[in-house]
Amino acid sequence: MTTKPLKLRELAKGEDRFVHGHRMCSGCGAPIVVKQVLMATDYPIVASNATGCLEVSSCIQQFTAWKIPWIHSAFENAAATISGVEAMYKSLVKQGKLEDRNVKFVAFGGDGGTYDIGFQSLSGAMERGHDMLYVCYDNGAYMNTGIQRSSATPFGANTTTCPAGDVIPGKLQQRKDLTKIMAAHGIPYVAQASPANWMDLMKKVQKAFEIKGPKFMNVISPCNRGWRSKTNDAVALARLAVETCYWPLYEIENGVTKITFKPKEKKPLVDFLKPQGRFRHMFNPENEWMLKQAQEYVDNQWERLQKEAAFFGGEEKAEEK
Amino acid sequence: MGKIVAVTGNEACAQALKQINPDVCAAYPITPATDLMQRFSGFVNDGKVDTELVLVESEHSAMSACIGAAAAGGRVATATSSQGLALMWEMLYIAAGTRLPIVMPLVNRALSAPLNIHGDHSDGMGARDTGWIQFYSENAQEAYDNTIQAFRVAEHLDIRLPVIVCMDGFIVSHSIERVEYIDDADVKKFVGKFVAVNPLLDIDNPKSYGPLILTDLYHEYKRAQHEVMTRVPKVVLEVAAEFEKMTGRRYGLFETYRLEDAEMAVVVMSSAAGTTKDIIDQYRDRGVKIGLLKPRMFRPFPFAEIANALKHVKAIAVLDRADSFGGMGPLYSEIAGAVMQMDTKPAMINKIFGLGGRDYLPDQAEHVIDELITLAKTGKVQAVKEYIGVRE
Repeated sequence: MTTKPLKLRELAKGEDRFVHGHRMCSGCGAPIVVKQVLMATDYPIVASNATGCLEVSSCIQQFTAWKIPWIHSAFENAAATISGVEAMYKSLVKQGKLEDRNVKFVAFGGDGGTYDIGFQSLSGAMERGHDMLYVCYDNGAYMNTGIQRSSATPFGANTTTCPAGDVIPGKLQQRKDLTKIMAAHGIPYVAQASPANWMDLMKKVQKAFEIKGPKFMNVISPCNRGWRSKTNDAVALARLAVETCYWPLYEIENGVTKITFKPKEKKPLVDFLKPQGRFRHMFNPENEWMLKQAQEYVDNQWERLQKEAAFFGGEEKAEEK
Repeated sequence: MGKIVAVTGNEACAQALKQINPDVCAAYPITPATDLMQRFSGFVNDGKVDTELVLVESEHSAMSACIGAAAAGGRVATATSSQGLALMWEMLYIAAGTRLPIVMPLVNRALSAPLNIHGDHSDGMGARDTGWIQFYSENAQEAYDNTIQAFRVAEHLDIRLPVIVCMDGFIVSHSIERVEYIDDADVKKFVGKFVAVNPLLDIDNPKSYGPLILTDLYHEYKRAQHEVMTRVPKVVLEVAAEFEKMTGRRYGLFETYRLEDAEMAVVVMSSAAGTTKDIIDQYRDRGVKIGLLKPRMFRPFPFAEIANALKHVKAIAVLDRADSFGGMGPLYSEIAGAVMQMDTKPAMINKIFGLGGRDYLPDQAEHVIDELITLAKTGKVQAVKEYIGVRE
């Protein structure tokens, strides 16, 4: 199958495989991510889904928003579950019991189901080499259960389990760099993407589907409930995350790091933090150190990423249309 | 007919899985079930089976992968023990609630703490309410036979439920016994072709598995699951009748031994039944009317049938190789439930034995029967629940 052209006019004609009627909050980033992933390809897709916002809102009783085969079994095992589906496909095709239709296997999980409770299952499935793509929609907390801290929650954020209190001003730890951890698995393809840079995201999905073996994509997914932001700013925030280099767009293909989008001008992190209520307390005078520390962390990470990319021959000058 | 071999319980179960040739096995090693899957891995790597073997990083993932594979639409098996089953616990409910016909030999082993690798029924009893059908096997032959029959029961279109096949850790899993193997072709014919129901891999007819269902319908779904369980005994007996035709070996929902004219009964599952039968023979020689009932199918529990089989006895001792701390032994509770349906209720005692692989010795069986003789005479229960074989 040839990779389909990413032209808006053409894409708009395609059939949606994740359809309206789901009950995600208005302004949620996750369904945008799912749509972009599914829209990027015409391959048949079977998906698994970790328990979480996306799962509880997309398949309720006799209603489903999924026009592809879809399975949810539990919270911590989207990777293991899809690995079983993929193994059965492989087995049946090998035995001649099923026609090989180049089916692609995708697991969707939030950051809780991916960074934390589902981490072992994900790591195991990647190591076993299943032909699958794991997509984490990272909204930086356990949003489904009411905005509790996860290991993806950024430094300083106010959540219901790390509230900005009088003594402890929010989350004091930096987030886990899962994208790098997945790259350390030595799998053929790892990428970080943002729904604001839709073409970059979809290109990465297309690339992933052309690679045999385990693939991982980490996609930032704004959540206005948890981020305490406006319902109409998911894409704007996803863009600011990229432009401030809080969420750099890059890929690691067969161990080679490549930055796929470099902002012309790196914006200060506060541009990303300011519109979000979860960081409001960081703007109090006594918490100035928090803003400084958050910026330093982003600077260091971005510096390091650029060095890594430079080591492999520099970065691509990607254009965003 | 098949050939007679000297094998361990694990070896016999691995042979059954080889003959059944599941499409997918996902497994994680745990003592004493390790040997079973090691042997099966050998079959995979030697090309003796078509199975796609998924060697996962935990039992939780083993059952998760089995669920994915079974939903995908094919024959699926795994095996585990003890802590492994405990780690699967969450997924056991999901396998049953999703009506997936997975078959899992369970080599019964004690649960921590303290850590212990030897046989008792704590693991299986912990999975009692998960919605899985459970068979308990006395010896390697039964483990082998039950494994083969389990696929037929699990995959029956009226049932579609997962099945656990138990054997006692080490006592059966690691002891070499005489086992009669069925010919490969006969097993293949008996088990038949797998029929997929709503397979996830039917790409053109997409299905969603695992919906959210709240207060409006969850209750009804669970009622339906209960309903399916009520159909199981009939299917188990049909499959057993067909199996008997093929092998000459008879299986029921439970086995009775010299129970027909008995005044007293010992109820015990798995390997301990063998020792108990020997002692019963000795007492019978002395004219003591004692018999045995050995449940084979623990879930669903055949209450009415067991009540009918025990209706003439005056006293019953239920031997549990597991405890429910602060409650009665789990098998005792089931038998008590069955006995409630009888017009005249026998006196009943509960003995907890053999935890963590402690040997169940002939003299323990003798003590139990001696106590039963007194109990049958007096009708007076001294202690309802008691541990036996405890070192002072």
